[in-house]
Amino acid sequence: MPDLQSVTLEDIKHLVSGRALEGDTMLLNMGPQHPSTHGVLRVLLELDGETVINAIPDVGYLHTGIEKNMEAKTYQKAEVMTDRMDYLNTVGNNLGYCLAVEKLVGLDVPERAQYLRVILAELQRLASHMVWLGTSALDIAAMSDYMYAFREREIILGILELVSGQRMMTTYIRPGGVWRDVPAEFDKAVRDFLKILPKRIDQYESLLTKNPIFIDRCAKVGVISGEDALNWGLSGASLRGSGVNYDVRKFAPYSSYDHFDFEVPLHTDGDVRARYLVRIAEMRQSIKIIQQAMDRLPGGPVRSSNYKFVPPPRSEIGVSMEALIHHFKLWTEGFSAPKGSVYVAVESPRGELGTFLESDGGPKPYRVHFRTPSFDNLQVLPKLAKGHMVADLVVIIGSVDIVLGDIDR
Amino acid sequence: MSASNYQTLVEKFKGTVIDFAGEQTFVVSPDDYLASVEFIHSELGFEMLATLTAIDYGVQAEPRYHLFLRFNSIAGHDTFNLRVPVSGHNPKIHSIDKIYRNANWHEREVYDLFGVHFEESSDLRRIMMPFDWKGHPLRKDYPLGYEEPQFTFNFDEIEGHKPYAVRREE
Repeated sequence: MPDLQSVTLEDIKHLVSGRALEGDTMLLNMGPQHPSTHGVLRVLLELDGETVINAIPDVGYLHTGIEKNMEAKTYQKAEVMTDRMDYLNTVGNNLGYCLAVEKLVGLDVPERAQYLRVILAELQRLASHMVWLGTSALDIAAMSDYMYAFREREIILGILELVSGQRMMTTYIRPGGVWRDVPAEFDKAVRDFLKILPKRIDQYESLLTKNPIFIDRCAKVGVISGEDALNWGLSGASLRGSGVNYDVRKFAPYSSYDHFDFEVPLHTDGDVRARYLVRIAEMRQSIKIIQQAMDRLPGGPVRSSNYKFVPPPRSEIGVSMEALIHHFKLWTEGFSAPKGSVYVAVESPRGELGTFLESDGGPKPYRVHFRTPSFDNLQVLPKLAKGHMVADLVVIIGSVDIVLGDIDR
Repeated sequence: MSASNYQTLVEKFKGTVIDFAGEQTFVVSPDDYLASVEFIHSELGFEMLATLTAIDYGVQAEPRYHLFLRFNSIAGHDTFNLRVPVSGHNPKIHSIDKIYRNANWHEREVYDLFGVHFEESSDLRRIMMPFDWKGHPLRKDYPLGYEEPQFTFNFDEIEGHKPYAVRREE
Protein backbone atom coordinates (compact mmCIF):
# COMPACT_ATOMS: atom_id res chain seq x y z
CA MET A 1 0.00 0.00 0.00
CA PRO A 2 1.36 3.43 -0.87
CA ASP A 3 1.79 5.89 1.93
CA LEU A 4 -1.06 8.33 2.13
CA GLN A 5 0.22 11.64 0.92
CA SER A 6 -1.12 15.14 1.13
CA VAL A 7 -0.47 18.17 -1.01
CA THR A 8 1.77 20.58 0.82
CA LEU A 9 2.50 24.22 0.25
CA GLU A 10 5.82 23.05 -1.21
CA ASP A 11 3.98 21.42 -4.16
CA ILE A 12 2.16 24.57 -5.20
CA LYS A 13 4.66 27.23 -4.21
CA HIS A 14 5.22 28.23 -7.84
CA LEU A 15 1.57 29.15 -8.09
CA VAL A 16 1.12 31.36 -5.04
CA SER A 17 2.76 34.65 -4.16
CA GLY A 18 5.71 34.92 -1.78
CA ARG A 19 3.43 36.35 0.88
CA ALA A 20 1.48 33.10 1.09
CA LEU A 21 4.66 31.21 1.98
CA GLU A 22 5.21 33.56 4.91
CA GLY A 23 1.61 33.08 6.02
CA ASP A 24 0.77 36.67 5.24
CA THR A 25 -2.19 35.85 3.00
CA MET A 26 -4.89 33.24 3.41
CA LEU A 27 -5.30 30.08 1.32
CA LEU A 28 -8.91 29.07 1.04
CA ASN A 29 -10.73 26.29 -0.81
CA MET A 30 -13.76 27.26 -2.84
CA GLY A 31 -15.52 24.03 -3.72
CA PRO A 32 -15.58 21.21 -4.77
CA GLN A 33 -19.07 21.40 -3.31
CA HIS A 34 -20.09 24.97 -3.88
CA PRO A 35 -23.32 26.07 -5.58
CA SER A 36 -21.75 28.73 -7.78
CA THR A 37 -18.88 26.72 -9.21
CA HIS A 38 -21.40 25.19 -11.64
CA GLY A 39 -20.29 21.64 -11.01
CA VAL A 40 -17.57 19.89 -9.11
CA LEU A 41 -14.82 22.47 -9.39
CA ARG A 42 -12.36 23.35 -6.68
CA VAL A 43 -10.64 26.70 -6.78
CA LEU A 44 -7.79 27.25 -4.35
CA LEU A 45 -7.86 30.94 -3.55
CA GLU A 46 -5.07 33.04 -2.15
CA LEU A 47 -6.79 35.93 -0.43
CA ASP A 48 -5.67 39.20 1.04
CA GLY A 49 -8.79 40.12 2.95
CA GLU A 50 -11.49 39.84 0.30
CA THR A 51 -9.17 40.43 -2.65
CA VAL A 52 -8.20 37.48 -4.80
CA ILE A 53 -4.41 37.42 -5.30
CA ASN A 54 -4.27 34.03 -6.96
CA ALA A 55 -6.89 31.52 -8.01
CA ILE A 56 -5.77 27.99 -8.80
CA PRO A 57 -8.50 25.86 -10.41
CA ASP A 58 -8.38 22.16 -9.62
CA VAL A 59 -10.36 19.94 -11.98
CA GLY A 60 -10.71 16.20 -12.50
CA TYR A 61 -13.46 15.38 -10.02
CA LEU A 62 -15.72 14.26 -12.86
CA HIS A 63 -13.03 12.43 -14.83
CA THR A 64 -14.72 9.28 -16.13
CA GLY A 65 -12.21 8.18 -18.77
CA ILE A 66 -14.57 8.68 -21.69
CA GLU A 67 -11.68 8.83 -24.17
CA LYS A 68 -10.27 5.54 -22.90
CA ASN A 69 -13.69 3.87 -22.85
CA MET A 70 -14.42 4.89 -26.42
CA GLU A 71 -11.28 3.07 -27.59
CA ALA A 72 -12.91 -0.21 -26.54
CA LYS A 73 -16.17 0.29 -28.43
CA THR A 74 -17.12 0.28 -32.10
CA TYR A 75 -17.71 3.63 -33.80
CA GLN A 76 -21.50 3.43 -33.38
CA LYS A 77 -21.45 2.23 -29.79
CA ALA A 78 -18.86 4.80 -28.71
CA GLU A 79 -21.20 7.60 -29.69
CA VAL A 80 -23.41 7.32 -26.63
CA MET A 81 -20.47 8.33 -24.47
CA THR A 82 -20.21 11.71 -26.19
CA ASP A 83 -23.59 12.72 -24.77
CA ARG A 84 -22.23 12.37 -21.30
CA MET A 85 -19.36 14.84 -21.74
CA ASP A 86 -21.06 18.18 -21.98
CA TYR A 87 -24.47 17.41 -20.59
CA LEU A 88 -25.90 20.77 -21.67
CA ASN A 89 -24.88 20.26 -25.29
CA THR A 90 -25.65 16.63 -25.95
CA VAL A 91 -26.81 17.14 -29.54
CA GLY A 92 -23.75 19.24 -30.35
CA ASN A 93 -21.41 16.58 -28.98
CA ASN A 94 -23.09 13.93 -31.13
CA LEU A 95 -22.83 16.22 -34.11
CA GLY A 96 -19.10 16.80 -33.64
CA TYR A 97 -18.39 13.11 -33.20
CA CYS A 98 -20.55 12.04 -36.15
CA LEU A 99 -18.96 14.63 -38.45
CA ALA A 100 -15.55 13.25 -37.48
CA VAL A 101 -16.60 9.66 -38.17
CA GLU A 102 -18.16 10.69 -41.49
CA LYS A 103 -15.00 12.52 -42.49
CA LEU A 104 -12.90 9.52 -41.51
CA VAL A 105 -14.85 7.02 -43.61
CA GLY A 106 -15.97 9.47 -46.30
CA LEU A 107 -19.72 9.25 -45.76
CA ASP A 108 -22.23 11.68 -47.28
CA VAL A 109 -25.24 12.91 -45.34
CA PRO A 110 -28.58 13.71 -47.03
CA GLU A 111 -29.57 17.36 -46.94
CA ARG A 112 -32.69 16.81 -44.87
CA ALA A 113 -30.59 15.20 -42.16
CA GLN A 114 -28.13 18.10 -42.27
CA TYR A 115 -30.96 20.60 -41.76
CA LEU A 116 -32.45 18.56 -38.93
CA ARG A 117 -29.04 18.48 -37.31
CA VAL A 118 -28.80 22.25 -37.53
CA ILE A 119 -32.28 22.75 -36.08
CA LEU A 120 -31.60 20.47 -33.13
CA ALA A 121 -28.12 21.82 -32.51
CA GLU A 122 -29.46 25.37 -32.42
CA LEU A 123 -32.31 24.35 -30.12
CA GLN A 124 -29.71 22.78 -27.88
CA ARG A 125 -27.65 25.97 -28.01
CA LEU A 126 -30.70 27.91 -26.86
CA ALA A 127 -31.30 25.44 -24.04
CA SER A 128 -27.67 25.64 -22.97
CA HIS A 129 -27.67 29.44 -23.02
CA MET A 130 -30.84 29.38 -20.93
CA VAL A 131 -29.14 27.27 -18.29
CA TRP A 132 -26.16 29.62 -18.40
CA LEU A 133 -28.40 32.67 -18.13
CA GLY A 134 -30.40 31.25 -15.26
CA THR A 135 -27.50 30.01 -13.21
CA SER A 136 -25.16 32.91 -13.75
CA ALA A 137 -27.93 35.36 -12.92
CA LEU A 138 -28.71 33.29 -9.85
CA ASP A 139 -25.08 33.70 -8.78
CA ILE A 140 -25.61 37.41 -8.41
CA ALA A 141 -28.95 36.79 -6.70
CA ALA A 142 -31.21 37.60 -9.66
CA MET A 143 -33.62 34.81 -8.88
CA SER A 144 -36.41 35.36 -11.41
CA ASP A 145 -34.37 34.82 -14.56
CA TYR A 146 -33.57 31.33 -13.38
CA MET A 147 -37.25 30.43 -13.22
CA TYR A 148 -38.08 32.02 -16.55
CA ALA A 149 -35.13 30.51 -18.42
CA PHE A 150 -35.80 27.02 -17.13
CA ARG A 151 -39.44 27.34 -18.14
CA GLU A 152 -38.41 27.76 -21.80
CA ARG A 153 -35.67 25.16 -21.55
CA GLU A 154 -38.33 22.66 -20.54
CA ILE A 155 -40.08 23.21 -23.89
CA ILE A 156 -36.83 22.52 -25.76
CA LEU A 157 -36.25 19.33 -23.80
CA GLY A 158 -39.82 18.41 -24.70
CA ILE A 159 -39.01 18.82 -28.39
CA LEU A 160 -35.88 16.70 -27.99
CA GLU A 161 -38.00 14.04 -26.31
CA LEU A 162 -40.46 14.24 -29.17
CA VAL A 163 -37.84 13.46 -31.80
CA SER A 164 -35.60 11.05 -29.93
CA GLY A 165 -37.49 9.70 -26.95
CA GLN A 166 -34.95 11.23 -24.55
CA ARG A 167 -34.87 14.62 -22.91
CA MET A 168 -31.12 14.98 -22.55
CA MET A 169 -28.99 12.04 -23.72
CA THR A 170 -30.55 11.91 -27.15
CA THR A 171 -27.97 10.22 -29.44
CA TYR A 172 -30.38 11.25 -32.17
CA ILE A 173 -27.64 12.20 -34.61
CA ARG A 174 -25.92 9.09 -35.93
CA PRO A 175 -23.03 8.59 -38.35
CA GLY A 176 -24.59 8.95 -41.80
CA GLY A 177 -27.62 10.99 -40.78
CA VAL A 178 -30.07 10.94 -37.92
CA TRP A 179 -31.76 8.06 -36.15
CA ARG A 180 -35.14 8.41 -37.90
CA ASP A 181 -37.30 11.10 -39.39
CA VAL A 182 -38.97 13.60 -37.07
CA PRO A 183 -42.62 12.93 -36.14
CA ALA A 184 -45.45 14.95 -37.66
CA GLU A 185 -45.87 17.04 -34.51
CA PHE A 186 -42.31 18.33 -34.74
CA ASP A 187 -43.06 21.17 -37.15
CA LYS A 188 -45.82 22.66 -35.01
CA ALA A 189 -43.90 22.22 -31.76
CA VAL A 190 -40.86 24.10 -33.06
CA ARG A 191 -42.84 26.84 -34.78
CA ASP A 192 -44.99 27.46 -31.70
CA PHE A 193 -41.85 27.70 -29.63
CA LEU A 194 -40.19 30.10 -32.06
CA LYS A 195 -43.26 32.31 -31.92
CA ILE A 196 -43.08 32.87 -28.19
CA LEU A 197 -39.30 32.88 -27.77
CA PRO A 198 -38.33 36.40 -28.96
CA LYS A 199 -40.72 37.94 -26.43
CA ARG A 200 -39.39 35.68 -23.71
CA ILE A 201 -35.82 36.76 -24.45
CA ASP A 202 -37.00 40.38 -24.17
CA GLN A 203 -38.40 39.40 -20.82
CA TYR A 204 -35.04 37.99 -19.66
CA GLU A 205 -33.30 41.11 -20.87
CA SER A 206 -35.76 43.47 -19.20
CA LEU A 207 -34.74 41.97 -15.87
CA LEU A 208 -30.99 42.23 -16.41
CA THR A 209 -29.56 44.21 -19.30
CA LYS A 210 -30.30 47.69 -17.98
CA ASN A 211 -30.56 46.74 -14.34
CA PRO A 212 -28.12 49.05 -12.49
CA ILE A 213 -27.16 46.39 -9.95
CA PHE A 214 -26.42 43.92 -12.74
CA ILE A 215 -24.31 46.49 -14.59
CA ASP A 216 -22.41 47.34 -11.41
CA ARG A 217 -21.63 43.70 -10.79
CA CYS A 218 -20.66 42.86 -14.37
CA ALA A 219 -19.14 45.85 -16.13
CA LYS A 220 -15.33 46.01 -16.04
CA VAL A 221 -15.12 42.69 -14.17
CA GLY A 222 -12.96 39.89 -15.54
CA VAL A 223 -11.61 41.91 -18.46
CA ILE A 224 -9.47 40.20 -21.10
CA SER A 225 -8.21 41.68 -24.34
CA GLY A 226 -8.78 39.97 -27.66
CA GLU A 227 -5.10 39.22 -28.12
CA ASP A 228 -4.77 37.63 -24.69
CA ALA A 229 -8.00 35.70 -25.17
CA LEU A 230 -6.61 34.13 -28.34
CA ASN A 231 -3.31 33.29 -26.73
CA TRP A 232 -5.18 31.62 -23.87
CA GLY A 233 -7.18 29.58 -26.39
CA LEU A 234 -10.56 30.98 -25.40
CA SER A 235 -13.40 30.31 -27.81
CA GLY A 236 -17.11 30.85 -28.09
CA ALA A 237 -18.82 33.83 -26.50
CA SER A 238 -15.88 34.32 -24.14
CA LEU A 239 -13.67 35.08 -27.14
CA ARG A 240 -16.27 37.03 -29.11
CA GLY A 241 -16.94 39.17 -26.05
CA SER A 242 -13.36 40.39 -26.51
CA GLY A 243 -14.00 41.37 -30.10
CA VAL A 244 -12.45 38.43 -31.95
CA ASN A 245 -14.66 37.20 -34.76
CA TYR A 246 -14.20 33.45 -34.44
CA ASP A 247 -17.25 31.26 -34.82
CA VAL A 248 -16.66 27.79 -36.27
CA ARG A 249 -20.05 27.98 -37.98
CA LYS A 250 -18.66 30.83 -40.13
CA PHE A 251 -14.95 29.96 -39.98
CA ALA A 252 -15.33 26.45 -41.37
CA PRO A 253 -19.04 25.84 -42.05
CA TYR A 254 -20.22 22.30 -41.39
CA SER A 255 -23.58 20.56 -41.78
CA SER A 256 -24.76 23.22 -44.30
CA TYR A 257 -24.49 26.18 -41.91
CA ASP A 258 -23.37 28.17 -44.94
CA HIS A 259 -26.93 27.90 -46.33
CA PHE A 260 -28.27 30.14 -43.60
CA ASP A 261 -28.04 33.85 -43.14
CA PHE A 262 -26.97 34.83 -39.64
CA GLU A 263 -24.58 37.16 -37.90
CA VAL A 264 -21.87 36.55 -35.35
CA PRO A 265 -22.51 38.92 -32.44
CA LEU A 266 -19.39 40.69 -31.22
CA HIS A 267 -18.55 43.00 -28.36
CA THR A 268 -15.27 44.72 -27.64
CA ASP A 269 -15.34 45.33 -23.87
CA GLY A 270 -14.09 41.84 -22.97
CA ASP A 271 -15.76 41.92 -19.56
CA VAL A 272 -18.53 39.87 -17.99
CA ARG A 273 -21.22 42.18 -19.35
CA ALA A 274 -19.85 41.88 -22.90
CA ARG A 275 -19.98 38.09 -22.70
CA TYR A 276 -23.55 38.35 -21.40
CA LEU A 277 -24.62 40.60 -24.27
CA VAL A 278 -22.95 38.36 -26.85
CA ARG A 279 -24.76 35.27 -25.59
CA ILE A 280 -28.13 37.01 -25.52
CA ALA A 281 -27.57 38.22 -29.09
CA GLU A 282 -26.52 34.68 -30.04
CA MET A 283 -29.86 33.36 -28.81
CA ARG A 284 -31.65 35.70 -31.20
CA GLN A 285 -29.41 34.55 -34.06
CA SER A 286 -30.18 30.93 -33.22
CA ILE A 287 -33.88 31.66 -33.60
CA LYS A 288 -33.11 33.14 -37.01
CA ILE A 289 -31.21 30.01 -38.08
CA ILE A 290 -33.93 27.63 -36.87
CA GLN A 291 -36.58 29.71 -38.63
CA GLN A 292 -34.71 29.51 -41.95
CA ALA A 293 -34.00 25.82 -41.56
CA MET A 294 -37.65 25.06 -40.78
CA ASP A 295 -38.85 27.06 -43.78
CA ARG A 296 -36.41 25.44 -46.16
CA LEU A 297 -36.40 21.92 -44.69
CA PRO A 298 -36.13 19.66 -47.76
CA GLY A 299 -37.83 16.29 -48.08
CA GLY A 300 -36.10 13.00 -48.74
CA PRO A 301 -34.20 10.46 -46.71
CA VAL A 302 -32.65 11.27 -43.35
CA ARG A 303 -29.94 8.61 -43.49
CA SER A 304 -27.28 7.76 -45.98
CA SER A 305 -28.12 4.71 -48.07
CA ASN A 306 -24.54 3.44 -47.88
CA TYR A 307 -25.30 0.26 -45.95
CA LYS A 308 -21.64 -0.47 -45.37
CA PHE A 309 -21.82 2.18 -42.65
CA VAL A 310 -25.49 2.83 -41.94
CA PRO A 311 -27.84 0.04 -40.82
CA PRO A 312 -30.54 -0.70 -43.41
CA PRO A 313 -34.16 0.00 -42.43
CA ARG A 314 -36.11 -2.72 -40.66
CA SER A 315 -38.48 -3.15 -43.63
CA GLU A 316 -35.61 -4.19 -45.90
CA ILE A 317 -34.17 -6.74 -43.51
CA GLY A 318 -37.15 -9.04 -43.96
CA VAL A 319 -36.95 -9.13 -47.75
CA SER A 320 -33.31 -8.60 -48.64
CA MET A 321 -30.55 -11.06 -47.82
CA GLU A 322 -27.92 -8.39 -48.35
CA ALA A 323 -29.66 -6.01 -45.95
CA LEU A 324 -29.71 -8.76 -43.33
CA ILE A 325 -26.00 -9.37 -43.78
CA HIS A 326 -25.26 -5.63 -43.47
CA HIS A 327 -27.41 -5.41 -40.38
CA PHE A 328 -25.65 -8.36 -38.81
CA LYS A 329 -22.17 -7.10 -39.70
CA LEU A 330 -22.85 -3.57 -38.44
CA TRP A 331 -24.23 -4.63 -35.08
CA THR A 332 -21.60 -7.24 -34.35
CA GLU A 333 -18.27 -6.21 -35.85
CA GLY A 334 -19.14 -2.64 -36.78
CA PHE A 335 -17.60 -0.86 -39.74
CA SER A 336 -13.89 -0.37 -40.33
CA ALA A 337 -12.39 3.02 -41.02
CA PRO A 338 -9.27 3.61 -43.11
CA LYS A 339 -6.01 4.19 -41.32
CA GLY A 340 -5.45 7.85 -40.53
CA SER A 341 -6.59 10.68 -38.32
CA VAL A 342 -9.01 13.58 -38.61
CA TYR A 343 -9.82 16.64 -36.54
CA VAL A 344 -13.26 18.19 -36.86
CA ALA A 345 -14.39 21.32 -35.04
CA VAL A 346 -17.96 22.39 -34.36
CA GLU A 347 -19.28 25.41 -32.49
CA SER A 348 -20.69 24.26 -29.17
CA PRO A 349 -22.56 26.80 -27.00
CA ARG A 350 -19.27 27.26 -25.14
CA GLY A 351 -16.89 27.49 -28.07
CA GLU A 352 -14.85 25.28 -30.34
CA LEU A 353 -15.60 21.62 -29.71
CA GLY A 354 -13.00 19.60 -31.58
CA THR A 355 -13.07 15.86 -32.15
CA PHE A 356 -9.79 14.15 -32.92
CA LEU A 357 -10.21 10.61 -34.22
CA GLU A 358 -7.38 8.27 -35.08
CA SER A 359 -8.08 4.95 -36.77
CA ASP A 360 -5.76 1.97 -37.12
CA GLY A 361 -7.95 0.43 -39.82
CA GLY A 362 -10.12 -1.56 -37.42
CA PRO A 363 -13.76 -1.20 -36.33
CA LYS A 364 -12.89 0.66 -33.13
CA PRO A 365 -11.35 4.11 -32.85
CA TYR A 366 -7.67 3.81 -31.93
CA ARG A 367 -7.65 7.14 -30.16
CA VAL A 368 -10.39 9.67 -29.52
CA HIS A 369 -9.70 13.08 -28.12
CA PHE A 370 -12.11 15.91 -27.50
CA ARG A 371 -10.91 19.46 -27.51
CA THR A 372 -13.56 20.75 -25.17
CA PRO A 373 -14.17 24.48 -24.99
CA SER A 374 -14.69 24.64 -21.22
CA PHE A 375 -11.23 23.16 -20.65
CA ASP A 376 -9.51 26.14 -22.22
CA ASN A 377 -12.07 28.66 -21.02
CA LEU A 378 -11.56 27.71 -17.38
CA GLN A 379 -7.80 27.79 -17.66
CA VAL A 380 -7.84 31.56 -18.00
CA LEU A 381 -9.67 31.97 -14.67
CA PRO A 382 -6.56 32.95 -12.64
CA LYS A 383 -5.88 35.78 -15.06
CA LEU A 384 -9.47 37.02 -15.02
CA ALA A 385 -9.87 36.79 -11.27
CA LYS A 386 -6.66 38.43 -10.14
CA GLY A 387 -7.31 41.61 -8.14
CA HIS A 388 -11.07 41.15 -7.92
CA MET A 389 -13.22 40.40 -4.87
CA VAL A 390 -14.30 36.86 -4.02
CA ALA A 391 -17.86 37.76 -4.93
CA ASP A 392 -16.66 38.85 -8.39
CA LEU A 393 -14.98 35.49 -8.88
CA VAL A 394 -18.41 33.87 -8.78
CA VAL A 395 -19.61 36.20 -11.51
CA ILE A 396 -16.53 35.49 -13.63
CA ILE A 397 -16.94 31.70 -13.36
CA GLY A 398 -20.54 32.16 -14.43
CA SER A 399 -19.58 34.33 -17.36
CA VAL A 400 -17.10 31.94 -18.99
CA ASP A 401 -19.88 29.32 -18.92
CA ILE A 402 -18.13 26.13 -17.94
CA VAL A 403 -19.55 22.63 -17.73
CA LEU A 404 -17.39 20.41 -15.59
CA GLY A 405 -18.38 17.25 -17.42
CA ASP A 406 -16.97 18.92 -20.52
CA ILE A 407 -13.68 19.72 -18.79
CA ASP A 408 -13.03 16.39 -17.12
CA ARG A 409 -14.51 14.03 -19.71
CA MET B 1 -6.51 25.17 -45.72
CA SER B 2 -3.59 26.56 -47.58
CA ALA B 3 -0.91 24.13 -48.67
CA SER B 4 1.78 26.80 -48.88
CA ASN B 5 2.23 26.89 -45.09
CA TYR B 6 3.01 23.18 -45.11
CA GLN B 7 5.49 23.67 -47.96
CA THR B 8 7.23 26.48 -46.04
CA LEU B 9 7.70 24.22 -43.05
CA VAL B 10 8.87 21.29 -45.13
CA GLU B 11 11.58 23.45 -46.64
CA LYS B 12 12.58 24.95 -43.32
CA PHE B 13 12.46 21.92 -41.01
CA LYS B 14 12.83 18.91 -43.35
CA GLY B 15 9.70 17.20 -42.13
CA THR B 16 7.08 15.26 -44.06
CA VAL B 17 3.45 15.96 -44.80
CA ILE B 18 0.68 13.41 -44.32
CA ASP B 19 -2.33 13.88 -46.57
CA PHE B 20 -5.51 12.18 -45.36
CA ALA B 21 -9.23 12.85 -45.83
CA GLY B 22 -8.56 16.32 -47.22
CA GLU B 23 -6.47 17.29 -44.22
CA GLN B 24 -2.75 17.79 -44.18
CA THR B 25 -0.52 17.20 -41.19
CA PHE B 26 3.09 18.25 -40.88
CA VAL B 27 5.35 15.78 -39.06
CA VAL B 28 8.37 17.40 -37.44
CA SER B 29 11.23 15.77 -35.55
CA PRO B 30 11.28 16.37 -31.77
CA ASP B 31 14.52 18.36 -32.07
CA ASP B 32 12.83 20.94 -34.27
CA TYR B 33 9.56 20.94 -32.30
CA LEU B 34 10.09 24.12 -30.29
CA ALA B 35 11.54 26.04 -33.22
CA SER B 36 8.71 25.00 -35.53
CA VAL B 37 6.01 25.99 -33.02
CA GLU B 38 7.71 29.36 -32.58
CA PHE B 39 7.78 29.72 -36.35
CA ILE B 40 4.10 28.78 -36.65
CA HIS B 41 3.21 31.31 -33.97
CA SER B 42 5.26 34.31 -35.00
CA GLU B 43 5.95 33.91 -38.73
CA LEU B 44 2.87 32.11 -40.00
CA GLY B 45 0.58 33.99 -37.61
CA PHE B 46 -1.39 31.18 -35.99
CA GLU B 47 -2.56 33.01 -32.86
CA MET B 48 -4.51 30.17 -31.26
CA LEU B 49 -3.57 26.70 -30.16
CA ALA B 50 -6.77 24.72 -30.53
CA THR B 51 -5.54 21.50 -28.99
CA LEU B 52 -2.52 19.49 -27.98
CA THR B 53 -2.90 15.79 -27.39
CA ALA B 54 -1.01 12.52 -27.71
CA ILE B 55 -1.46 9.12 -29.28
CA ASP B 56 0.16 5.96 -27.90
CA TYR B 57 1.17 3.44 -30.57
CA GLY B 58 1.86 0.61 -28.14
CA VAL B 59 4.76 -0.66 -26.08
CA GLN B 60 6.79 -2.07 -28.95
CA ALA B 61 6.45 0.90 -31.28
CA GLU B 62 9.32 3.31 -31.60
CA PRO B 63 8.74 6.23 -31.45
CA ARG B 64 5.95 5.15 -29.16
CA TYR B 65 4.03 8.45 -28.88
CA HIS B 66 2.92 11.11 -31.27
CA LEU B 67 1.89 14.55 -30.11
CA PHE B 68 -0.87 16.09 -32.21
CA LEU B 69 -1.30 19.86 -32.26
CA ARG B 70 -3.90 21.96 -34.01
CA PHE B 71 -3.49 25.68 -34.62
CA ASN B 72 -6.02 28.28 -35.76
CA SER B 73 -5.31 31.55 -37.48
CA ILE B 74 -8.31 33.83 -37.17
CA ALA B 75 -6.77 36.68 -39.17
CA GLY B 76 -5.46 34.35 -41.89
CA HIS B 77 -8.60 32.18 -41.81
CA ASP B 78 -6.53 29.00 -41.72
CA THR B 79 -5.79 25.91 -39.65
CA PHE B 80 -2.61 23.92 -39.22
CA ASN B 81 -1.97 20.37 -37.99
CA LEU B 82 1.33 19.34 -36.48
CA ARG B 83 2.59 15.97 -35.32
CA VAL B 84 5.70 15.19 -33.32
CA PRO B 85 6.97 11.67 -32.64
CA VAL B 86 8.15 11.17 -29.05
CA SER B 87 10.35 8.26 -28.02
CA GLY B 88 8.96 5.63 -25.64
CA HIS B 89 12.25 5.49 -23.73
CA ASN B 90 12.03 8.20 -21.10
CA PRO B 91 9.42 10.20 -23.06
CA LYS B 92 10.07 13.91 -22.85
CA ILE B 93 9.75 16.99 -25.00
CA HIS B 94 10.07 20.72 -24.57
CA SER B 95 7.07 22.61 -23.25
CA ILE B 96 5.47 25.31 -25.41
CA ASP B 97 3.46 27.09 -22.70
CA LYS B 98 5.64 30.20 -23.05
CA ILE B 99 4.38 30.57 -26.62
CA TYR B 100 0.77 29.49 -26.21
CA ARG B 101 -0.43 30.06 -22.65
CA ASN B 102 -3.24 27.51 -22.87
CA ALA B 103 -0.77 24.75 -23.77
CA ASN B 104 -0.13 24.31 -20.06
CA TRP B 105 -3.29 22.41 -19.17
CA HIS B 106 -3.10 20.37 -22.37
CA GLU B 107 0.47 19.39 -21.49
CA ARG B 108 -0.60 18.56 -17.96
CA GLU B 109 -3.29 16.30 -19.39
CA VAL B 110 -0.81 14.52 -21.68
CA TYR B 111 1.65 14.20 -18.80
CA ASP B 112 -1.07 12.82 -16.53
CA LEU B 113 -2.67 10.37 -18.95
CA PHE B 114 0.35 9.38 -21.10
CA GLY B 115 3.38 10.07 -18.93
CA VAL B 116 5.12 12.30 -21.45
CA HIS B 117 7.31 14.75 -19.57
CA PHE B 118 7.36 18.40 -20.66
CA GLU B 119 10.65 20.11 -19.92
CA GLU B 120 10.67 23.65 -18.54
CA SER B 121 6.90 23.62 -18.12
CA SER B 122 5.61 26.37 -15.83
CA ASP B 123 3.44 23.96 -13.85
CA LEU B 124 3.58 20.23 -14.56
CA ARG B 125 1.25 18.41 -12.19
CA ARG B 126 -1.41 15.77 -12.72
CA ILE B 127 -4.69 17.33 -13.75
CA MET B 128 -7.35 14.63 -14.19
CA MET B 129 -6.19 11.86 -11.88
CA PRO B 130 -5.50 12.30 -8.16
CA PHE B 131 -2.04 13.73 -7.53
CA ASP B 132 -0.76 10.47 -5.99
CA TRP B 133 -2.11 8.19 -8.75
CA LYS B 134 0.18 5.47 -10.10
CA GLY B 135 0.31 4.83 -13.84
CA HIS B 136 -0.92 6.71 -16.90
CA PRO B 137 -4.43 5.62 -17.88
CA LEU B 138 -4.50 6.45 -21.60
CA ARG B 139 -1.44 4.35 -22.36
CA LYS B 140 -2.34 1.27 -24.34
CA ASP B 141 -0.83 -1.07 -21.72
CA TYR B 142 -3.04 0.34 -18.99
CA PRO B 143 -6.00 -1.98 -18.33
CA LEU B 144 -9.54 -0.79 -18.94
CA GLY B 145 -12.03 -2.00 -16.38
CA TYR B 146 -12.87 -5.63 -15.57
CA GLU B 147 -10.83 -5.40 -12.40
CA GLU B 148 -11.49 -4.67 -8.79
CA PRO B 149 -11.20 -1.05 -7.79
CA GLN B 150 -8.02 -0.33 -5.96
CA PHE B 151 -8.54 0.90 -2.42
CA THR B 152 -5.89 1.41 0.23
CA PHE B 153 -6.60 -1.94 1.91
CA ASN B 154 -6.19 -4.04 -1.26
CA PHE B 155 -3.79 -1.83 -3.19
CA ASP B 156 -0.80 -4.21 -3.25
CA GLU B 157 -2.86 -7.27 -4.07
CA ILE B 158 -4.43 -5.71 -7.15
CA GLU B 159 -1.26 -3.91 -8.21
CA GLY B 160 0.43 -7.34 -8.21
CA HIS B 161 -1.71 -8.80 -10.99
CA LYS B 162 -2.13 -5.76 -13.20
CA PRO B 163 -1.01 -6.69 -16.71
CA TYR B 164 1.42 -3.87 -17.40
CA ALA B 165 3.21 -4.79 -20.60
CA VAL B 166 6.99 -4.92 -20.47
CA ARG B 167 9.12 -3.42 -23.19
CA ARG B 168 11.31 -5.97 -24.95
CA GLU B 169 14.89 -4.70 -25.13
CA GLU B 170 16.57 -5.47 -28.43
